[in-house]
Amino acid sequence: MSNSADVVILGGGGAGCSAALHLALRGARVVLLERGLIGGQASGVNHGGVRQQGRHPAELPLAIKSRAIWARLRDLTGSDAEFDPCGHLKLARSEAEEAELLRWNAMAAEYGIRPRMIGRNAIRADHPYFGAQVVAGSLLEEDGSANPRLLAPALARAARAAGATLLEHHAVTEMAHDGQGFTLTAQGLRFTAPILLNCAGFWGGEVARRFGEPVPVEPLHPNMLVTEPLPFFCPHNVGVVGGDVYLRQIARGNVIFGGGRGEGDPAIPVTRPRPDAAFAAMTRAIALIPRLAEAMVIRSWTGIDGQMPDVLPVLGRSHTTPGLIHAFGFSGHGFALAPGVGAALAEMVLDGATDVPIEAFDIARFQAQDAGEDVWKTRL
Amino acid sequence: MSGPCIVVVGAGPAGIRAVEQLVGAGLAPIWIEESPDGGGRITQRPPPGFARGARALYGADAGRAVRLHATLDALKARCDWRPDTLVWNIRPRDGVLHTLQAGARQAEQRYDALMLCTGAMDRVVPVPGWTLPGVTTLGGAQVALKTQGVAIGARPVLMGTGPLLWLTALQYAKAGAKPALVLDTTSAVTKLRAAPGLLGNLPTMLRGIGLNLGLRLRGVPMAEGATPLAIEGEDAVAALRWRDAGGREHVTPCDAVGMGWGLKPEAQLADLAGLPFDFDAAQTNWAPRRDAAGRAPVERIYLAGDGAGIGGVEVAELAGARAALALLEDHARPVDAALVARLDARLLAEARFRIALEGAFPYPVQLAAAMPDATLLCRCEAVTAGELRAAAAADAPEMNRAKAFSRVGMGRCQGRLCGPPAAAVLAAALGVELAAVGRLRGQPPVKPIPVQQVAP
Repeated sequence: MSNSADVVILGGGGAGCSAALHLALRGARVVLLERGLIGGQASGVNHGGVRQQGRHPAELPLAIKSRAIWARLRDLTGSDAEFDPCGHLKLARSEAEEAELLRWNAMAAEYGIRPRMIGRNAIRADHPYFGAQVVAGSLLEEDGSANPRLLAPALARAARAAGATLLEHHAVTEMAHDGQGFTLTAQGLRFTAPILLNCAGFWGGEVARRFGEPVPVEPLHPNMLVTEPLPFFCPHNVGVVGGDVYLRQIARGNVIFGGGRGEGDPAIPVTRPRPDAAFAAMTRAIALIPRLAEAMVIRSWTGIDGQMPDVLPVLGRSHTTPGLIHAFGFSGHGFALAPGVGAALAEMVLDGATDVPIEAFDIARFQAQDAGEDVWKTRL
Repeated sequence: MSGPCIVVVGAGPAGIRAVEQLVGAGLAPIWIEESPDGGGRITQRPPPGFARGARALYGADAGRAVRLHATLDALKARCDWRPDTLVWNIRPRDGVLHTLQAGARQAEQRYDALMLCTGAMDRVVPVPGWTLPGVTTLGGAQVALKTQGVAIGARPVLMGTGPLLWLTALQYAKAGAKPALVLDTTSAVTKLRAAPGLLGNLPTMLRGIGLNLGLRLRGVPMAEGATPLAIEGEDAVAALRWRDAGGREHVTPCDAVGMGWGLKPEAQLADLAGLPFDFDAAQTNWAPRRDAAGRAPVERIYLAGDGAGIGGVEVAELAGARAALALLEDHARPVDAALVARLDARLLAEARFRIALEGAFPYPVQLAAAMPDATLLCRCEAVTAGELRAAAAADAPEMNRAKAFSRVGMGRCQGRLCGPPAAAVLAAALGVELAAVGRLRGQPPVKPIPVQQVAP
């Protein structure tokens, strides 16, 4: 027997679940197929940063759109996924990095984003826990953080309540487009739909390849650590220029921090944090916040995201297959974008277009010759 | 360095007998032990200078303890002995261990073969009040007595089930801290039903009966088939409220509680090594997979002792020797075939006895599953049973998802303590078999490590 739908979504991460929710809320018949559990990989294991600050200008409109959804996430899903608009404080550890903060802020002002610069003396006064290497910071108060374990499951629950069918442990074993629509097989069941959303994270590259659009996607394993609970001292989600360490303290007192890469094998899939990356992140974290030297790490983890060479996602229509829309390869910054990406996908399906510019994310961009250095390219 | 680099983790009964075989074959393994000295838990050594003799410390196990300790001491000089060293991570593909020495110094250790003899820890059932000062595990109560010569209280209540309950109770009674009550959650009928199977190891069965008689002779109050309801007290333990097999409630004043319901394997390293785990229904435990000789299905790794499935001290000694012989065979070293056959036969018989023993002292899954909503289930993260049940209702079909939703097992102990009772609560809330909710995945570090690193 065949299950027909308006839209089949591949991948139960944040983007896929958000798309399922936004589509179902507007009456579309949606089936989402997830090979493991909802939010099991990149969406569930990341740092939990909800930030617009520091993003590539191409991502900013999408980040702004998503931030607006974060603000009403509880109304939308019944859960706020512990979203806390606690501010994102991006630190400079040198004058060159301070100049980098100013350069970004000037660009962001064109998008209506206005972080507040905190100079050398003020950052000492306001944040005495930072080490001597910190020379300045930029605080975007409307940014914050959330619990990555909760976002995709909350979106999934709401999507189901809105009538979507979300199937876990349904790895797709066959997929094809016959000129009219898509036919997919998972767990021996057949699914058909005229529209297919590729929200499969790292595995999105394989889906694209199957439809004749190979892209250079690499697995990305964010290396994450958490300390035992410490007395509360750090109100903001903290990053640095260059992104080699990032941290936040949750209300319970644990400091969650990350930096560098774990390792894994997407074929199994299995992932492991790497001790060398952990040690590097620990050294950087102590340099940033010396009191962390007294803390104990109680757990480390990682997962699998997809990273593109230009560290921007693939988001937009297929050039080979009508009805196929890609949304993958978020390169370590997809968590905060996920609610907005799902909304944009729903608009592309139901309205024909979304109101945010996505041309920069076109899948065909990798076929063009390198257009030169991208001055906004960032990692995390 | 010539020959394979063999690392043995753990210097309890299994590790001692494993290293004994390896050294006997002319090898000098690296031997890593988390504690300052070896000797294991059931035969834990007091620090140097403590005066209580082996007979007082170990009772009927005194001979075994003396023999193990003598072997341990003789072996230290013949291998690369590294006490006070925590193995906190393993990278099986590269054959590398990450170690923390003296709580501060980080190092890596490569291996060609790895023997994990990581032992066991107590299983608990959280009851209201279990986080009050004065509550400890039976194993903790034993270790306090054996290593430090102190009791957890002058009039403790000891509760749970299993041989360790009676053993600890008699040790306390002999040491002058007569228990106010020994509460056994297993009924006499359940034990009687298991009796025929226990005849398979008559000496052990007789020792168990001896422990029980010893307690009765000393006038220690005992209750079987009883249910602990709450540990009461303001700032410390003051009493245990419990219900007897006939349904009557009692309040027993006491100044400490030791509790434990059998043991669970300390198998985090096996988990990080990527071993598959199987649910042992007889033990109500997840254990890493191995063959009868101790070979793991991940190359270069061997398992022995309670960390590979609970068997007790006698089995640990046999399994340690047997796994070492398997390792030697795999490295084309000659082994004594008669010894291998003898060990295999003993291990087979002991495995049958263990099933009967677990039947006589079952983990009270129902008691854990019936935990009141307000009971603190995960003490590290202060998560109640009710919060875990809410996570189940929010679509958490297995333990790791429940952890993500509720924070159960996310804290300092990483679910080593709350994992089994949390699985019982979750399975009951979902209306599925215990095995169906799985187990908490291990993540490095196995135990907390400092953010500050000191070079080796």
